[in-house]
Amino acid sequence: MNEGWLALLQQALSLLFSLDPEVWSIVSVSFSVSFAALLITLLPSMILGFVLAFGRFPGRWFITNLIQTLQSIPTVVIGLLVYLMLTRMGPLGDLRWLFTQKGMILGQMLICAPVLVAMSQAAFTSVDRRAWETSRTLGASWIRAIWTLCRELKVPLLMAVVAGFSRILTEVGCSMMVGGNIADVTRNIPTAIALETSKGDFAQAIALGLVLLILSLVLNFALGILRGKAEPRSH
Amino acid sequence: MLNLKSVFSIALAITLITGMPAHAEEIIKLATTTSTENSGLLKNLLPKFEAESGYKVQVIATGTGKALKLARQGDVDVIMTHAPAAEAKFVDEGYGLLPRGIMMNDFVILGPKNDPAKIRSSKTVEQAFAKIAKSGETFISRGDNSGTNMKELIIWKNAKVDPSFTGYKSVGQGMGKTLLMANELQGYTLSDRGTFVAYQAKLDMAIDFDGGQALANPYQIMLINPVKYPDLNHEGARALSDWLIGAEAQGMINSYKVKGEQLFKATYSE
Repeated sequence: MNEGWLALLQQALSLLFSLDPEVWSIVSVSFSVSFAALLITLLPSMILGFVLAFGRFPGRWFITNLIQTLQSIPTVVIGLLVYLMLTRMGPLGDLRWLFTQKGMILGQMLICAPVLVAMSQAAFTSVDRRAWETSRTLGASWIRAIWTLCRELKVPLLMAVVAGFSRILTEVGCSMMVGGNIADVTRNIPTAIALETSKGDFAQAIALGLVLLILSLVLNFALGILRGKAEPRSH
Repeated sequence: MLNLKSVFSIALAITLITGMPAHAEEIIKLATTTSTENSGLLKNLLPKFEAESGYKVQVIATGTGKALKLARQGDVDVIMTHAPAAEAKFVDEGYGLLPRGIMMNDFVILGPKNDPAKIRSSKTVEQAFAKIAKSGETFISRGDNSGTNMKELIIWKNAKVDPSFTGYKSVGQGMGKTLLMANELQGYTLSDRGTFVAYQAKLDMAIDFDGGQALANPYQIMLINPVKYPDLNHEGARALSDWLIGAEAQGMINSYKVKGEQLFKATYSE
């Protein structure tokens, strides 16, 4: 048996660097689906986060807590919900979205949105309310005032985006149930890792795991650098 | 002076020693396929064996490919699988010993009830597969290196069809999930009869092709070579294998029914 750790790692790296088409098809499914889900959810979620932070209306407390709760719902439960909606007999069955990328995007949107809303709400809440009111009384338009705010909150808002993106890029439960892990169509990194491990083919699983690991290192270090610039270490 | 680390290691050692069953020898780890486990057959057979022999069997239900891999790495004591070619290779390479065919069932091609690819009139399973490929209908493949998946790939090869046509979807799921997906997408799939019977009530599908002997699905139990892995429970593995080919177990296999249908046919004869 030549399947020592090192041999496996070597195989994994050679899969990655030889641009193995199967591995890269999986990576591209993962990224295109998760980017689409993120892009569609981003703006509405940020707006909701902003409204919850600045608005004063009945039900605000309830919605805030509801979103906090939704953040911690296991992705398999969301997968189940989406599955039941999209199955042939389900209310959205006629769309025929089950086991397609569209279905996966829908599921990931539902997973991503609560994270984005909650984290952007926290970010908007952290600024001084008066700054907002001042810029408004100085005659800044809505759009302009929000833009200023967003620029000020660049780092925490980006953190929200990274957190939301990481959550959907790495979740396996919903993608497996709704996407069905179809090769070259709905097989993304997490479902492929689950499959390869269940087959006992670890090299490809490790290669894909490395992609996720490297990505999360890059994202987090980039954020770290950004944060370092925004808050100079001055004491 | 006792430092934290040594306290931990002592505590760990005590836990390990006292936590282990008095006779670790008595556990037999059996790697097998999901079909034997999901059909309920093992739950029917094993308690009887355990009562008679005093061994305790731990079942690891997975695809045939993974089961063979586990055995190859010495992670289990005995395996029961259904992929004759892969099993022969396993024995030839010196890992497996004493393969015994204990039972069989058969594969069937499931598909939509109205059979859009018209495979019901096919003479052979290869012809049926070729028709599906040509029709543009969906075919759902297990794609998980399981015994069923291996059988399917052999049929494509014999039919001289490259399983990469547009309707071909390799899903990498267990049998049950694959059936549900085939049902959702109203496609064809190759299934063992047992899982189909168990899932029939949930499916809007029919057996569109019944291949008889050509689609036989034989199950073998194999021991693992003690030369490769001396510390496995070889005695227990042998005892299980001997018991499964005995008259009692063979009779139980034949009389095991799900929803009134016999799922497996005992096949061992000296």
